[in-house]
Amino acid sequence: MIAAEDKKTALKEFMEKAKSGDHPESQLIAILHRAQELYGHLDQAVMDDIALTMNIPTAHIWGVATFYHYFNLKPKGKHSISVCLGTACYVKGAAQVLETVKKELKIDIGETTQDGMFTLTETRCLGTCGLAPVMMIDDKVYGALTPKKTVEIIQSFYKK
Amino acid sequence: MPRRYVITLCDGPTCIHKRSKELEAAIETELTRHELTGRVSVNLSGCLGMCAQGPVMAINPQYTVYGNVTADDIPEIVSSHILKKKPVARLAIDEDHLYNRFFRVFGDINFFGKQMRIVLRNCGIIDPENIDDYLSVRGYEALAKVLTDMKPADVIAQVKTSGLRGRGGAGFPTGIKWELAARQKTDEKFLICNADEGDPGAFMDRSTIEGDPHTVLEGMIIGAYAVGASKGFVYIRAEYPLAIKRLEKAIADARRECFLGKNILGSDFSFDIEIRLGAGAFVCGEETALIHSIEGHRGMPRPRPPYPSVQGLFDKPTLINNVETWANIPVIILDGAEWFSSIGTEKSKGTKVFALAGKIKNTGLIEVPMGVTLRSIIYDIGGGIPNNKKFKALQTGGPSGGCLSEDYLDTKIDYESLAAAGSIMGSGGMIVMDEDSCMVNIARFFLEFTQNESCGKCTPCREGTKRMLEILTRITEGKGQEGDIERLERLGNLIKKASLCGLGQSAPNPVLSTIKNFRSEYEEHIKQKKCRAGACTALTGYEITDKCVGCTACRKVCPVGAITGNPKSRHFIDQGKCVKCGLCFDTCKFSAIKKG
Amino acid sequence: MESKTITITIDGKTYQTQEGLTIMQAADQLGFHIPRLCYHPKLSIEGACRVCIVEVEGVRTYVASCAYPVMDGMKIRTNTQEIRRARRDIVELILDNHPQDCHTCERDSNCELQRLAASMGIRKRHFEGERKKYEKDLTSTSVIRDPNKCILCGRCVRICSEVQKVTALGHAHRGFQTVVMPAYNMPFRDSVCTTCGQCINVCPTAAFVEKVYTQDLFAKLNDPSIIKVAQVAPSVRAAIGEAFGLEPGRAMEREIAAALRRLGFDYVFDTQFSADLTIMEEASEFLERFQGKGKLPMITSCSSAWMKCVEQFHPDLLENVSTCKSPMSMMGALVRTYFADKIKKDPKEILSVAVMCCTAKKYEASRPELMVNGLPAIDMVVTTREIAWMFKSAGIDLLHIKGEDFDEPLGLSSGAGAIFGATGGVMEAAIRTAYELYTGETLMDIELESLRGLAGIKEGKVTIDGKEIRVAVAHGLGNAATVLDMVRKDPDRFHFVEIMGCPGGCIGGGGQPYAGINSMPLDEECLKKRAEALYGIDRRKTIRRSHENPDVQRLYKDFLGRPLSAKSHQLLHTHYKVKEPRGIIPQELKVR
Repeated sequence: MIAAEDKKTALKEFMEKAKSGDHPESQLIAILHRAQELYGHLDQAVMDDIALTMNIPTAHIWGVATFYHYFNLKPKGKHSISVCLGTACYVKGAAQVLETVKKELKIDIGETTQDGMFTLTETRCLGTCGLAPVMMIDDKVYGALTPKKTVEIIQSFYKK
Repeated sequence: MPRRYVITLCDGPTCIHKRSKELEAAIETELTRHELTGRVSVNLSGCLGMCAQGPVMAINPQYTVYGNVTADDIPEIVSSHILKKKPVARLAIDEDHLYNRFFRVFGDINFFGKQMRIVLRNCGIIDPENIDDYLSVRGYEALAKVLTDMKPADVIAQVKTSGLRGRGGAGFPTGIKWELAARQKTDEKFLICNADEGDPGAFMDRSTIEGDPHTVLEGMIIGAYAVGASKGFVYIRAEYPLAIKRLEKAIADARRECFLGKNILGSDFSFDIEIRLGAGAFVCGEETALIHSIEGHRGMPRPRPPYPSVQGLFDKPTLINNVETWANIPVIILDGAEWFSSIGTEKSKGTKVFALAGKIKNTGLIEVPMGVTLRSIIYDIGGGIPNNKKFKALQTGGPSGGCLSEDYLDTKIDYESLAAAGSIMGSGGMIVMDEDSCMVNIARFFLEFTQNESCGKCTPCREGTKRMLEILTRITEGKGQEGDIERLERLGNLIKKASLCGLGQSAPNPVLSTIKNFRSEYEEHIKQKKCRAGACTALTGYEITDKCVGCTACRKVCPVGAITGNPKSRHFIDQGKCVKCGLCFDTCKFSAIKKG
Repeated sequence: MESKTITITIDGKTYQTQEGLTIMQAADQLGFHIPRLCYHPKLSIEGACRVCIVEVEGVRTYVASCAYPVMDGMKIRTNTQEIRRARRDIVELILDNHPQDCHTCERDSNCELQRLAASMGIRKRHFEGERKKYEKDLTSTSVIRDPNKCILCGRCVRICSEVQKVTALGHAHRGFQTVVMPAYNMPFRDSVCTTCGQCINVCPTAAFVEKVYTQDLFAKLNDPSIIKVAQVAPSVRAAIGEAFGLEPGRAMEREIAAALRRLGFDYVFDTQFSADLTIMEEASEFLERFQGKGKLPMITSCSSAWMKCVEQFHPDLLENVSTCKSPMSMMGALVRTYFADKIKKDPKEILSVAVMCCTAKKYEASRPELMVNGLPAIDMVVTTREIAWMFKSAGIDLLHIKGEDFDEPLGLSSGAGAIFGATGGVMEAAIRTAYELYTGETLMDIELESLRGLAGIKEGKVTIDGKEIRVAVAHGLGNAATVLDMVRKDPDRFHFVEIMGCPGGCIGGGGQPYAGINSMPLDEECLKKRAEALYGIDRRKTIRRSHENPDVQRLYKDFLGRPLSAKSHQLLHTHYKVKEPRGIIPQELKVR
């Protein structure tokens, strides 16, 4: 766990480096990536900090942060489940998998469970079409899913 | 003493997820045990394209590819293949397989002449993280040739003569684009490699970068020399961490070896490359949106002209090509434009990489010469449709493309023929559908994708795709209305012609092409409230027929308790309770459940 | 560079035009009005609405005529059945995601979208479906934001960032969920918005409107227990005629005074009077600073949007800003003191209303430091648009009413007070008075042409008693930022700087009448005519210098003493403090 101060310093260093090159404001997306890497999500305080350091209006940063789906504006759960809705997965039943996860965790896409355990997202092709339908929990891909198997996988996280 | 062997282990994502890392460990253990370390080298390669049979490994020479390998197989493979020179037949992948053929030509003197892999020529053969490996297959030789023997105009002339066209989708002649950028007189020019591969089901660019990053870099450096650019950017999806890592290493290695940076190879030409990450926006594949994204903006396209070649990144002339286009460049330079233009059809030269997926036996990555028929791809390379199902449609070009029916299977792969058939070449997604796929549902799926990815700037795309999606959704839910097909066509044609950028202009293609080729399915949905493929849940029901023997299996799997019946007597489904999950249908061993 | 003459064909006929124009510009010159929506001549090209599409032979798709350049030999079709239907469908798509409440909408009969739909002849809806549903933001003192009415043309975003360089607004989210909002979707009140109201001016619909006080005011005007006092800003008289269908440029000075009395006001005062007073204070303050007491350059402080802007965007320059209150607040202070004494009323029993061309004045009225003896200096601010509506609603015929004078003792004004409304006017008025205060001689050549007109930044020099005074005038907060950067770079470059928050000065304020049927908001010709109306008032006056205003002289004699006296400081001057959130003006970044 990185201390809050260190995170701040790390982000500051990253921004100072960005400022030393040409077109510093063009590094905004890279800075947001770095901030999310450090903090897990982008909140107002972090974006205000970026705005002041990089001299970019907050309305612009907000526009960018909300445009790109990679950026989380809310804290994420301990584990992230992303169900692949790529074509191959869809053809092989990804919709049912997604429904099952939603029902099991009682959350919708983009939400985090009450216990802070899971955040659910959808994703486009993970490049593992041979295993379709798949979902990814954190860095691990679970393939050839059925609704039953999906439930078992989710429950296994609670048993750990 | 056994001769020197090379084991190439596929390090593509599917193989990793199928535990290829365990194989790596097992191989190390076995080699150590037999004291073979140093005599057998183990390479990790980018995706070999045989995802369906992963994890995959190849052993050269002897050019044997093993599929579905587990860690337990490794001792046998090492002792039999390497120590006794006897390949393990049990695990070798069918020799007639295209990829196998590709490995068989490895080592051939006429390496560039015969095979169909131009872009992917090194993928799976070299270690992508080792610049020496790339150099050993004539890497950076094209760059050296350009810098010593050719003027920028000569390079552009070669690219023009080759007939190469942009592999990102629209197929704009690459040489003409270069010429336009070269003609601009400014203090600064930029160059961009578009690696924002966002089509669902497409992973050509990812595999190219993961398997052979230097070839992309080399193409870019040559392009920069030709147009006079001083700085290049690779815009790549943040979702591709391995590709990013390999690209970073490749850039660092290339800099160290003087292929990048100041005074490249001692010449007075300087050029450097920076990686910029995307952040999950499909529209950033559109060139003006991509430029805005690199500039730190929302990825919103702008009207053209001015074209990026005239006014692009930071308002400077900017040459943009996608990964696959760049990867073709070193080959064109080394083997000549005439040779390149001898491959393919009259207007489409060279090869095209496709990601073959869906209801097909051999899913994976393929590279074929232009002019091959769709039929040949599906049946010869892809191995046909599994489970004795019937072919129904082929979707090319991802969400911007169209669905082609059986009637179009003899269409040749080239830009014009695919467009004439109502689809597009696109970036190379290719999805096969069988009789279980509902064309309305598929159209809805693609439209939902583009609708979700619309940047929201222009009215037709933002509002129009939403309305189309609403109409399609109600059709798949059995609430379609008279006139809905005509409404879809009217909106589709409007969006196609009035939208600001390529995303909007192509968004209706999946709908319009399925209406054109499968109109009766739409009509069935609307008029008879029927989905013949059984894919639209609201229009699908399950019934137990008198074939039922009363095994109770269906009753046990039903998640909602909708099935009743005593053992050894016919069971029944309570339609009110049934959630149409289809588990009973999948479970029944007696084909006693009817879907429809 | 001389542009080349080229030949194009529009709808089958051949025309000569100039290379370098867009299709829309060329068509405009040739008498073809291609329908348009997101386009605005003062702003960058968005190409988003797609209403201005035309067919160009040889081009696969329709092209947006606002963005596409004409080329020699180009064949353009603007009016085929196909393109008409496409445009109609595009406008219908906008309507399908727009509240269908025209009759109860603030912009009813004044709405560009409504007019566009009418010209498309949309009689039937084909594609209706889900409509957006968002909360209205009512938090700002001045501007109401209603995303439901927003059609995402982006004009507000562009004017806020390109012209005003405030960037309070941006597009957020994407696709069908795109919304124009302040950062973090924070309440508008808490954002960097300066309340200038230019978003209202350029909005084609009612996505931005001013916070309306008309019904409250009607209620108060019917209360017999209070004294109802109005003041009218110079620019209101220069523009209100437009709301009654008159061409821009007709000054309606005495008509307004008469109309306000008909509406129920007991006293109608003139903000031009307090403008004269402002000049007395401000010119004196400048001369003090010029003689070494205080920071130079001195920057004017009459514009409320500028006041908020300087506190958030330029806190390093707060000491340069004149401490003078705006003419509106000076008048407010006098009404609660000097005037209340005169009529022997408890200041609490006076309703003090300001009729302004400005939305930011609503904000200014809420600033706590401007209170007078615990009472707000101004109870209510209504804009030109609001008062025009009230006149109409009350059946007051502004066009045929017989003019009347403003009331004493706060109604008499000099020509200098009138020109306050146009960019450069405050500076011109201040120089007329400062010259005489400093030299004791009367400045004869009082029309300072170099400070007039719509150039973004104007510079001038006057020699007073052998000393050169260098002045600058900026209008619009973007130009202001540029001037301030000049000041930061070279603090001695100017002695005196006038800044107005809105393009054209107050005549282009956020509360002025909406553009008419055939003009665009912030049309330069319109602004020029409004300014000319004010310069005309100035020319017609016998008293053209603020210090010559006899009622101002009397006010000093009877009540204030002299300019910058303790009493003046107490009533007519104010102070500024740094405000959060900090505003940011990017160097290079364009907001897309």
